[in-house]
Amino acid sequence: MSMAALSLEQAPPISVPFRFFLSAPLFLLLAATAWLLAGSDALASRWTPAMLGITHLLTLGFMAMIMCGAMLQLLPVLAGAPVPHPRLVAWLIHLPLLGGTLLLAYGLYFYAALPLKLAMLLLAFALAAFLLAAIYSLARAPARNDSTRAMLLALAALTLTLGLGLLLAAGVANLATIPVLSLTALHAAWGLLGWTALLVAGVAYQVVPMFQLTPAYPRLATRWLAASLFVLLLLWSAHPLLPDDAASLLARLAGMGIAVCLGVFAILTLHLQFKRKRRVADVTRQFWQLGMASLLAAIVLWLGAQASTAIAASAAFPLVLGMLFILGFALSVIIGMLYKIVPFLIWFHLQSILPAKQVPHMKEIIADSGARWHLRAHLLCLPLFLLSTLWLQPWMYAAGAALMLNGILLLGNLYRALRRYLRGASLAAASSAAGKQ
Amino acid sequence: MTITDYLSADHQRCDTLFADAEAAAGANNLPAAQAGFTAFHQGMLHHLAMEETVLFPAFEQATGSSMGPTRMMRMEHEQMRELFTQMDNALAAGNASSFAGLAETLLILMQQHNLKEEQILYPMSDRALADTARLIAQMQAVK
Repeated sequence: MSMAALSLEQAPPISVPFRFFLSAPLFLLLAATAWLLAGSDALASRWTPAMLGITHLLTLGFMAMIMCGAMLQLLPVLAGAPVPHPRLVAWLIHLPLLGGTLLLAYGLYFYAALPLKLAMLLLAFALAAFLLAAIYSLARAPARNDSTRAMLLALAALTLTLGLGLLLAAGVANLATIPVLSLTALHAAWGLLGWTALLVAGVAYQVVPMFQLTPAYPRLATRWLAASLFVLLLLWSAHPLLPDDAASLLARLAGMGIAVCLGVFAILTLHLQFKRKRRVADVTRQFWQLGMASLLAAIVLWLGAQASTAIAASAAFPLVLGMLFILGFALSVIIGMLYKIVPFLIWFHLQSILPAKQVPHMKEIIADSGARWHLRAHLLCLPLFLLSTLWLQPWMYAAGAALMLNGILLLGNLYRALRRYLRGASLAAASSAAGKQ
Repeated sequence: MTITDYLSADHQRCDTLFADAEAAAGANNLPAAQAGFTAFHQGMLHHLAMEETVLFPAFEQATGSSMGPTRMMRMEHEQMRELFTQMDNALAAGNASSFAGLAETLLILMQQHNLKEEQILYPMSDRALADTARLIAQMQAVK
């Protein structure tokens, strides 16, 4: 590679990540609405159509939406790997992902075959476009490190999640006969423990030290964690191929290994944050601490279920586990990241078009108080959802309302930030028009 | 010692000074914030000068281009200098909250800049430049 050809000037236009960030909170509102309207029977198990629909509003509509947008933005910075034709790529991913997720959630919720079939097409297209763009960029990245390797493994895991999801959708839409239970377990494991956890780890290696001025993650951990997690997921996925006794032993061992990897990651992250140089209060750090604590709680609960058949057999167990991981871990970490990325990007784009004095700083773009109110609403969400797994009435209403509030506060903060950007951009346009006259 | 080691350690040193200044401003201790910021500001200006007067010219000569990564790094240095000035003004006006918002902004700008240098530009320099020991000595001599 020619060194001179490498430019570090690679940030995509602001519309590329923002379309993803601004769409995502709408899915929180939709998920909350679907939850409130579903009725108590529909929320009693992870397998009801309503619960499957709501889960995908959160995982695809919120999590994947932001993760894709953030990755298009962060690849140039974290890996020196710009995504080619970012505007076109964003169009190819965003609208099909949005439409596909809506159709999928509708198809699952109302058990309707046609929307499911359309969703399969749209989601396969959107995620394939994302995977191609991201893998292409990462493969050519000048920076090769443990972080970019974890991201590549995350993308491999997303590929598997997508493939398994398409098979499952084909099964539900009566296009194929498939072993639903075992494929669902694989799909969820690769989506949550693979794609989500690996991407969070890969990003954390870089941004936790960056945002909080903590020591770096130990090299031993960054070198082995992601790869071990990936291999353990492969082993766990292969366990049904073995004869019965060996299969359950392998599943148990691989599961324990996964729990250890994720536990080490969470404890290390909390430990590094504890040793940070930066001492001022920081909402992002609090979101991350909540995320890591939830991940640890999920691990402890899973270990409990291995030791006690009473826990493992209860209908609440998979629900609580999913809520801890999705609402507690993934959402917290993602929202925490947004509160750094969004104001910084707006500042970054405005400082390139406005005189320095007119550029708002990050805390004028998203006020600390706004982010802190959101943190409080988010903190309220998790216990209410956990309570609703035990006593659906009346807690399900409180939980749904808290999720709604969560989405509204996020949307409000992002919308105000966007207005701040648009005001700056129109100022710049006005002064450049005046300059031409 | 490599260029990567030397300049990355200097990033770390400046980070510590930054955290001290920010913490003092966060505690509304303006005299301490002013002293901390001055130390950080001097440290950063020295760091930027080492790069702009020694490392970047050597890199540009070795790679035959001033349009590559160093151009972007110089631009980001300018963005940082602008924020230093604004932070200085905020402290002079006794405006701790404005200082906090500017510090947050500078931190991310500076950290993503450092990351690109530490992961891409410095390792490239260690590979592309012949006499790195002499370059480090030259950088140490920068006032």
